[in-house]
Amino acid sequence: MATLELSIDEDVAVSPVKRTRRLGPLFWAAIAWIILIFAAAGLVGVLPLPSPTDMDMLERRAPASALHWLGTDGLGRDELARLIYGARISLIVGLCAPVIGVTIGGALGMLAGYFRGRFETLVVGSMDVLLAFPPLILVLAIVAYLGQSIFNLTCIIGVLSIPAFMRVARAATLTLARREFVIAAQALGATHARILLRELLPNVFLSLVAFFLLGVAVTIVVEGALSFLGLGVPPPVSSWGNMIGEGRESLDVAPRLAFIPAVTMFLTVLSFNLAGDTLRALTDPRQGAL
Amino acid sequence: MSEPALLSVEDVSVDLPTPRGNLRAVDQVDLKIGAGRTLGIVGESGCGKTMLSRAILQLLPKKARLSGGVMFDGQDLVTLDPERLRKLRGRSLAVVFQDPMTSLNPVLTIGTQLIETLQEHLELDSVAAKRRSAELLAAVGIPAPEQRLMQYPHQLSGGMRQRVAIAIALSCEPKLLIADEPTTALDVTIQAQILDLLAREQRRRHMAMILITHDLGVVAGRTDDVAVMYAGRVVERAPTPVLFKKMHMPYTEALLAAIPKIDAAPHTPLPAISGRPPDPTRPIQGCSFSPRCRYAAGRCHREKPLLAASESLDHQYACFHPIQVTAGVCA
Amino acid sequence: MMQETRQSRRDPLLKVENLGVEYAVGGKTVHAVSDVSLQVARGETLGLVGESGCGKSTLGRAVLQLRRAVSGQVLFDGQDLTAIHGEALRRMRRRMQLIFQDPIASLNPRRRIGDIIAEPLVISGVKDPERRRELVCEVLSAVGLDPSLVIGRLPHEFSGGQCQRICIARALVLNPEFIICDEPVSALDVSIRAQILNLLEDMKARFGLTLLFIAHDLAVVKAVSDRVAVMYLGRLCEVGPSEQLFASPAHPYTALLIEAIPVPDPDVRPAESVPVGEPPSPIAPPSGCRFRTRCPRADQRCIDEVPELRPVAPDQYAACHHPLIAAG
Repeated sequence: MATLELSIDEDVAVSPVKRTRRLGPLFWAAIAWIILIFAAAGLVGVLPLPSPTDMDMLERRAPASALHWLGTDGLGRDELARLIYGARISLIVGLCAPVIGVTIGGALGMLAGYFRGRFETLVVGSMDVLLAFPPLILVLAIVAYLGQSIFNLTCIIGVLSIPAFMRVARAATLTLARREFVIAAQALGATHARILLRELLPNVFLSLVAFFLLGVAVTIVVEGALSFLGLGVPPPVSSWGNMIGEGRESLDVAPRLAFIPAVTMFLTVLSFNLAGDTLRALTDPRQGAL
Repeated sequence: MSEPALLSVEDVSVDLPTPRGNLRAVDQVDLKIGAGRTLGIVGESGCGKTMLSRAILQLLPKKARLSGGVMFDGQDLVTLDPERLRKLRGRSLAVVFQDPMTSLNPVLTIGTQLIETLQEHLELDSVAAKRRSAELLAAVGIPAPEQRLMQYPHQLSGGMRQRVAIAIALSCEPKLLIADEPTTALDVTIQAQILDLLAREQRRRHMAMILITHDLGVVAGRTDDVAVMYAGRVVERAPTPVLFKKMHMPYTEALLAAIPKIDAAPHTPLPAISGRPPDPTRPIQGCSFSPRCRYAAGRCHREKPLLAASESLDHQYACFHPIQVTAGVCA
Repeated sequence: MMQETRQSRRDPLLKVENLGVEYAVGGKTVHAVSDVSLQVARGETLGLVGESGCGKSTLGRAVLQLRRAVSGQVLFDGQDLTAIHGEALRRMRRRMQLIFQDPIASLNPRRRIGDIIAEPLVISGVKDPERRRELVCEVLSAVGLDPSLVIGRLPHEFSGGQCQRICIARALVLNPEFIICDEPVSALDVSIRAQILNLLEDMKARFGLTLLFIAHDLAVVKAVSDRVAVMYLGRLCEVGPSEQLFASPAHPYTALLIEAIPVPDPDVRPAESVPVGEPPSPIAPPSGCRFRTRCPRADQRCIDEVPELRPVAPDQYAACHHPLIAAG
């Protein structure tokens, strides 16, 4: 007596509506650049580059040559090598700091959005407190107290990014936690942990990843700014930020010393932004697909 | 029709390009409605009734392509220039939509929304417009109208909001009102009140009305003519009593039978229509209803039946095997 | 008070006693459900009908303890659900399931149908994936879907009616005894509604279910219910066997509802309804009988005294001081 729905095979056998939002050429260019930077940073030990710390006092601010493909900086160090080592720093800090943000912030946000009530008020309140600290002063204070190192830098930026991730995760969870499939899971007797991991996380995940990529872009800039101010990565380790800072002194003689790291940073940040933005555009309409 | 039709929809088709191919939302529809008459358009979701109303109003999405003619009060709306069309809308041609929460602007007060319509079309000054707005709200049955003018849509209940939407629609004395599922989102007791209100206002103003709904019960007592739509086409059209008593389309019969009746005994199995309404992006060869029709035969799967008249010119249907129901409505 | 004397020869499967549910909205309290008592016998379908804001959905959720009641008890097979928590409650929940109004929103958009339906099995500890797959296929076939075409797909690939079948399958896979259907067909097309209603009746017979069927459409409720309870603004107005209740309603609100139904018969001219205004807000419900603001029969007693459910006919009870049928 139950009507058998055999018509299902005609309609559903055809593949469902694929998101035709094109990942345009800009997106792929961005991905290509990111891969290039990663490859260079990863293969730096294998590449035939001079050491970034070897100073050649006779060749200071030398223009591009067979030995130094991008020339040398104010202390005779190879510019290209410093650039690539700088990429390593940027990527390490750029990736690790948001990871701290997305795991802690994401978790707090999801819990706050799911449980609501006093817990949510507590979480949101403490995030507001954290946001109220002027970040630069905070960094200064911590650096002065704990010293300058890549590890400290990563941790500080990571902690400072927690509130933003918390907000994104909480917003996504709030809209989802009211929907009936979550109530259905509760009605089935699922534990909270199961609901959070199996029902909510897959839906929140993509928004978090998109925001993560944007976070990488921001972190690279922040690290660059801090290094530029001398608060970031300590010398002689090269970072794009302190390369720009050092290049500032040679702007009249050899402007490329400041511009090359600046342009590289710009392209990298732009690529991460583009990738993150495209992903975010992809995830939003998906939610409301019906 | 003895008098010339107020609105005449002539061979209108609406095509929408979608990622899955061309979607024929409305397929060669002909309709006429005379002044002061009520036409009910009945169909389920996806039958094209909303697209048809948008086509009449010339409010189709940008990508849609319209073919055919829409004659309103002697003017062809399809070719009319946008400025004159805009003046026509709201003034002679009014609409009430299904969800008053989204058809009313949530950040403007009721008063503002009423007054701006009045000022735009009737060129009243603000004092006169305000007075007229309060009168309109009272006419649609809203208590304490002067206070309501200051309120925002979210402060009113669903029924009240729909009354406001009706007041806005009626404010400029339109000749034709299109009500697109005006009561679907409302409770049944409120629904009855709203439908009564529409009927009363229509009689009072000698206004024509198109009532679009999925509920055959709503059209039964409140319309003069009914057109049943399926998969973008009109499949049966008749004066209301004739449709219910002498329906010819198997779809109409099946639709009526599938509705639970209040006087039926509990646990009576409902004669359900098997299958689903067709996917508009994949038109079926032959009659669109044939996969689900229990009378379907060979010809039905090959040829599309055209709308043809039956014994009376008023009653038209599109079927190769019309049924002859002469008894009363199935209980 | 509901008199349970003649109720059933067997113990009722579900017994709700003086249930009250409130929640806070912007500083004010919404009295969603007030002092509701009812029973559902094993194998019976109790229809719960009322307009929006009457609290019927809240009542359904409160029975499953998805919303905690502030007062009263819910006894399922003798066990008080309001008194248990955590793991014990989760175990009880597997015997009672819920079907929602919006079938598409009830399914996680990122999970495959096979996983969605297997989820209850995983939660209740069916470890063998083969066995799970077997049960999932069985229940999908029972609701009229071809498992091989359905299991690997995502919810957005299906229509409303098909999604509702999937939700019914999910509700059935654990072989529950009791299912609450919260407006299961309101969001579906007319021609699909009949299919789903027939399916529910089939499943009820096949799996030996007891149903609480919540809807605002009286005709739909009558079609599937043995007994019907009418709610208004958080309270029960009337309870009785379906045929009897609709043939001769005792409570004025029931009569109003029946009159307002649009009948698909052109000869039945809709009565020019007396303007009876809008339902009051559940934040500040009227004193005494909550329906009094819209009732043509209301008097002083209705303002002062809350009417109790009293028998007005065999097995029919109404909460009214001036019922349409004289009390037996």
